[in-house]
Formats: sequence, structure tokens, C-alpha cells
Amino acid sequence: MISDHSFLSKPVFGLDAISKFEFFTERLRLLSIHHYNKCNSYRKLLDAMNVNVECFSDYRNIPFLPVALFKQYDLMSVEKDAVIKTMTSSGTTDQQVSKIYLDKNTAILQTKVLAKLIESCLGKSRLPMIIIDSSSVLKNRSIFSARGAGILGFSIYGRDKVYALNKDMELDLKALKIFLKRHEGEKIFLFGFTFIIWQHFYKFLKENNCYLDLSNSVLLHGGGWKKLEDQSISQEEFKKKIKSVCGVEKIFDYYGMVEQTGSIYLECEYGHLHASIFSDVIIRRLIDFSVADIGEEGIIQVLSVIPESYPGHSLLTEDTGIILGEDNCPCHRKGKYFKVTGRIRNAEIRGCSDTYASNF
Amino acid sequence: MPRLEDVVIHMRLTSKIQLMAGSESYEKMLYLKPLVPFDNTVIQFFEALSMSLMKHPKGRDFPDIISFGFFSRKTNIKRLKKSYKNLKSNVVGRGVSFHIAPSNVPINFAYSFVVGLLSGNACVVRVSSKSFPQTDIVSNAIASLLEKPEFTELKRYISIVKYERNIEINNYFSSLCDVRIIWGGNNTISELRKSPLPPRSFDVTFSDRYSFCIIKAKEYLDIQNKKNIAIDFYNDTYLFDQNACSSPRLIYWVGSSNVVLKAKEVFWSFLHELLVEKNYKLQPMTAINKYTASCRAALDYNNVVISRLPDNLISRIDLDSLPADLPEHTCEGGSYFEYSDEMPDKFLGIVSRKFQTLTYIGFDRAELSSLLVGRGLLGLDRIVPCGKAAEFGLIWDGYDLIRHMSRVVSIE
Repeated sequence: MISDHSFLSKPVFGLDAISKFEFFTERLRLLSIHHYNKCNSYRKLLDAMNVNVECFSDYRNIPFLPVALFKQYDLMSVEKDAVIKTMTSSGTTDQQVSKIYLDKNTAILQTKVLAKLIESCLGKSRLPMIIIDSSSVLKNRSIFSARGAGILGFSIYGRDKVYALNKDMELDLKALKIFLKRHEGEKIFLFGFTFIIWQHFYKFLKENNCYLDLSNSVLLHGGGWKKLEDQSISQEEFKKKIKSVCGVEKIFDYYGMVEQTGSIYLECEYGHLHASIFSDVIIRRLIDFSVADIGEEGIIQVLSVIPESYPGHSLLTEDTGIILGEDNCPCHRKGKYFKVTGRIRNAEIRGCSDTYASNF
Repeated sequence: MPRLEDVVIHMRLTSKIQLMAGSESYEKMLYLKPLVPFDNTVIQFFEALSMSLMKHPKGRDFPDIISFGFFSRKTNIKRLKKSYKNLKSNVVGRGVSFHIAPSNVPINFAYSFVVGLLSGNACVVRVSSKSFPQTDIVSNAIASLLEKPEFTELKRYISIVKYERNIEINNYFSSLCDVRIIWGGNNTISELRKSPLPPRSFDVTFSDRYSFCIIKAKEYLDIQNKKNIAIDFYNDTYLFDQNACSSPRLIYWVGSSNVVLKAKEVFWSFLHELLVEKNYKLQPMTAINKYTASCRAALDYNNVVISRLPDNLISRIDLDSLPADLPEHTCEGGSYFEYSDEMPDKFLGIVSRKFQTLTYIGFDRAELSSLLVGRGLLGLDRIVPCGKAAEFGLIWDGYDLIRHMSRVVSIE
């Protein structure tokens, strides 16, 4: 039964390779059967690939959908009127955005899974929270952009929230100082998107020679490194520089995508991203999509136990990464740990039709 | 004719134009006497260019340069000239031609240049702004030939230029030209059309097209040298990452189902072997795009079969019907739709304006000709044997380029 969510009570990083394999294969097989029966597009796709969902005995053999499909098609496994929320990717460079359709069940499951993961990082009690962004990104509530959805999704795990940036994306130093005064000595939850933190938080403090004492906080950030990589800023440098303006020691990146909201991958204190029991990563070789070895770079496939209202439980991303190991990270979390090495760029191909008019 | 004061180019623009070969006196081109098609000096010039490229120490590294060398040699041009023997002496070039070459086929500009000059026009040829060794090798060869006394006269007719995307420069050259030749597909055409032409001038456009291949299964199986067929097919497709307008994207198999099945197996395994041998490099995004294209086909059409293959070098999508929007379902880098039928004519129903080249294996010319001629098709400009899809000709995309780019004086 896909409605069996008893996995929510298991320790989130507690399954070793063998138990994870059994649990994951069964959960993903059930999800595949469910989507096969409920989503016409998914059924057509699996039929075209000539695969039998009933027979999945290894979750690595479950077909993956390329993330681009969510941009071109409305993929859902529930009736249209059961959809309570449509999430979209921010899609700044592409004109098309991914559309992810959530019913009540999937939305609740996302929240519960994310709560479990955040709890593993911040502890059980909710902490005073600083959101390093502007509240204006939430203005349009009818359509959730990835950034807005991320803020909303994470903010329910904090209390007495304050937005660090005003509507012009400038640091609201006054509000922050009042907030810090009120919570003196308390552990604080800082949340934001990597590039926003760098651009509007770090740079402001640095340029204005300000120091905020956030040494007793935990900073959780995500959204990808692409823009920082363009500026040649490494993960280490990011951490060092952020610490230099606010003293924060615990800085954790997370990897996740709007297509699998909830089952994010959290960075541990050794700088490794971890798959929890709710998710998995498989690195695929580009030449034949076979499973790459540990240490071998390839295309990242992400799997999640969450998606019930849309067939997004197994996806081929456009990111590249490397599995660093399984069950043996010095942080003692079980499961695979990995790193994301980049994003696949548009192919430079020959041919007489110019890909972009700007390049003709 | 535009007046000079309309077209004076500003210094700041000149500095953005890199002259690769020929003359920088663009505006003086307006007053040059048009040449006659297949002018003797022009033929001599291309013969000299061919020799210089074939002898070029680095030329041998580039098969596309060698192909161009063969194309531009005197014997070939004379051969091409034969089909124009009815062209009377009352035909001359239109004046100035402005060529915009595609960004991703380095050698294309050279063919466009040949057509422009052979039809009797002065040529401003804008090469791709990307850096290709082929562009430099050919441009340099042209430049040094134009310094020879026998070709100094010709130098005034030629400007090979390179510049980054710039609408003002496009405006400028467009305002000078009698014919504008736009390669690079739909996006580039709409970009260039923002630059107005003088009233009597016109565009020759090479838009996005769709091409396919038809194979008689039994006849294919009877062919002795299957590797040669694989090489021909490779040259039509992977040589340009299957992204040339003439690259087949649909394979139409003719024959009974069990023969077709056998033929497919042999055909694709020979091709696969060749791809491995040639070390064809699949780019990461191409692998994903091909997979996505297969998924899209499965979602959009009914009863699609995505063939299971050992790797991602070849993607095959089997169809049980031929949907009219197939040309919208294209993917570069080795993605093929397949359709099989006992009858060879089921594609006729979907041929639209977008269809360009039909390549064939196991057919004879007359058979295809009787299949196609007189059907009133809106598309299909070329029917050539497999292996010749990308072979350039003076008739291209349905245009007789020599006649199209020249002017006939009627005398009664």
C-alpha cells in the first residue's frame, strides 16, 4: 500500500545498504505500480520501454524520467481537482518551468519528511529563525516559485521568523539587531539560498564592515553552486567568508529540487551530501546510463519515496556528481554520500541550424 | 540602388568588423560591374584556391577542407557548368551578395561564397563568429591568392568578414546588397530580417528543414559491403551531429516485417560498430536530450516502442504510424524514428514544406522518381542516394542558386 508511511518513524540515516535496498525497492515498486495505474503518460512511457512494473526487484532498474519532461507535460497521478498546490521551478534561464502537481497527501508527506530531516540537523525544538531573503518573493501565493516554496517549506520549522532582506534585497540591519537582542544566547536557525546569502548578506556585511554575532547558529542553505562557481567561489571559501562576517560555525548545504521537494540531501559536518532513507542517488554513465562505480563521475539520478500525486519518484537530473561512499562516512550516517560536481551545459553541436540566434 | 550617403559606415562599426580576406571597400562594391555566371577568372581563382587548400600542410587534418577542395577544383566547376549550358549571354550577376554563414558548420561559408561569385556577384561573406581553424585556413588561402596579379581585379569583389552579433553591421551590409543569403535556420533568419533590404533586393533563406531516409530491407540485405553503407549513413548524420538540415531523422523501412526486422538488426549493428571505431563523442546534454526525445515520443504518440540498445550512441524510436507533426519531434546527435511498411509511399501524406532531403538505399532513381513526381508535394527538394545528403550542389533547398542569384536581360 502506498498509503503506508510507517517509514516516517524510522531513523532518517539509519538504514544500511542491504536494508535500504529492500525498503527502497518495495516502496519504489509500489509507487511505480501506482503511477502506472493512475498516470496515463507514465503508463505510455513504461509500455514504450517494455517494462513490467510488477516485476521490479531492484530499484535501480526502475525507469527514470528526465526532469525536462515536467516542463513540457502536465504529469499527475491524481484527478485535476485533487491538486491543491502547483509548484514551479524558478526557471530564470529557461522560458519553460517545471510544474509539479501536489495533492493533499503528497503535500503532507513532503512536510513530514522535511521535518524529519531538519530535526536531524537542528534538533527537536523549533528555533528562532532568520530567513536570508526578502518576504516579497512570497507575494504571489497562487504559484509557488522554487525560492518561495523553499522559504515557506523550511520556515515552518522555525519560530519568531524574521526576513533579513527588505524588498530591495538590502540587509535590514536594524530588524536583525532587534531580533538578536531578543534571542540573545539562543541557538538560531539561519536559512537561505546560497547565492542570495553570498550576494546580499555576506557582501553587505563585508562592504559595510559590519559583524553580526551569529556564532551560536546553524546555517542551512541550498539552491546550487552554479552562480558562485561562475565567480570561482569554492565551498570552503564560502564557509570561511560567511564565518568571517557572522561567526557561524555550522554551515550546511543541501541538495534538492522542486521535482522532489521534501526529500532533500543534507550536508554533514564532513562536507558530504547524504541520502536519507527517504531518498537515494544513483550516478549514471552518460554513454549507456549504466550505474557508475563509487568515485566515478556521471549524471545524477535522484529517487524519492514521496511523490504520489505525480510520477516523480525516479528522475534523471541535468547535474553531474560522484558517489563518495556508502554507510562509511566518518559522520556515522548510514546510506550513500556524494558530491555534486556541476551542471550539464548545453551541447556544442555541429549542424546548419544555429541553436541560438545570439550565437549565429 | 541605395545612395552612398545612406550607407556610409561609421568608424566605430568598421573597428568591429574583422576583415579575413579581400577588400575593405564595401561601398565601392555597389559600383562594380556584375560578372557573368561561370566567369573564367572566377573558375581560375577557385582552381587556384582548390590547389592551395589541397597542398596546405594543415588542410589534410580537416576532411571538410579536402571536400571543399574537391568541390572548387576546375574539373568539378566545369562539370557543374554543363547543366547551365542553356544559360545565355544575356545573364549577369545581380550585383552584391551578402552571405550569413551558420555558426556551427565551419566550411559552409566557403560554399556560399563559391555560389555567390560563380553566379556573378560581389560577395560579402560573414563567417561564424566562433573560432574554427578551417575558417582561418580557407580565409588565409583566399587572402593570399588575391594578392596575385592575375586576381587583383577580383579582390574588389570579395570581402570575407567576421563580426560578433551586431544589428548595425547587419543593417549596413543588408543596405548594400542585392541578394542576401541567410544560413543558420529559422532563428538566424528572423534575426537578419530585422535589417531592411533595398526595395529590389531579396533573401535566399535556408530555414530549419526535415529530412529522412528510405531503405528497401531486402535490397539492403543483398548489398555486399555493408560497412560502406554505414559510412555513407554516418556521413549524412553523425558527421554533423545529425543536426544538418539534410540529416535523416526518420528511417522508413520497406519490406515484410520479418525481413525488415533482420535488416534493422544488421544496419544498426554496422553503424554502431562504426561509431565505436570512429570514437564518436557523445556529449552529456546530447545523451539526455536523446533520452528525453524518446520519452516525448512515447507520450505524444501511441504504440511507440523505444528500442533497448547497448548504449546511448544510437537512439531508436519505433512508430506504427506516421504522425504529421513528426518534424517537430527532432533531436540531434543520433536519434532516429523508424517506421516500416510493405508499401514505399506511406510518407507522402506527411510531406510538408519543411521536408528537404530524402536519401535512399536499395532503390533505383527511376522508381523513386515515379513515386514522387507529379504528386503535388509541398516539400521535398532533394532525392539523393544515402551518403550524399550533405553533398553541396548549385541547386539547394529547391533553389537553383545560379539562376536565382543572377539577372536575365530580356531582349525582343
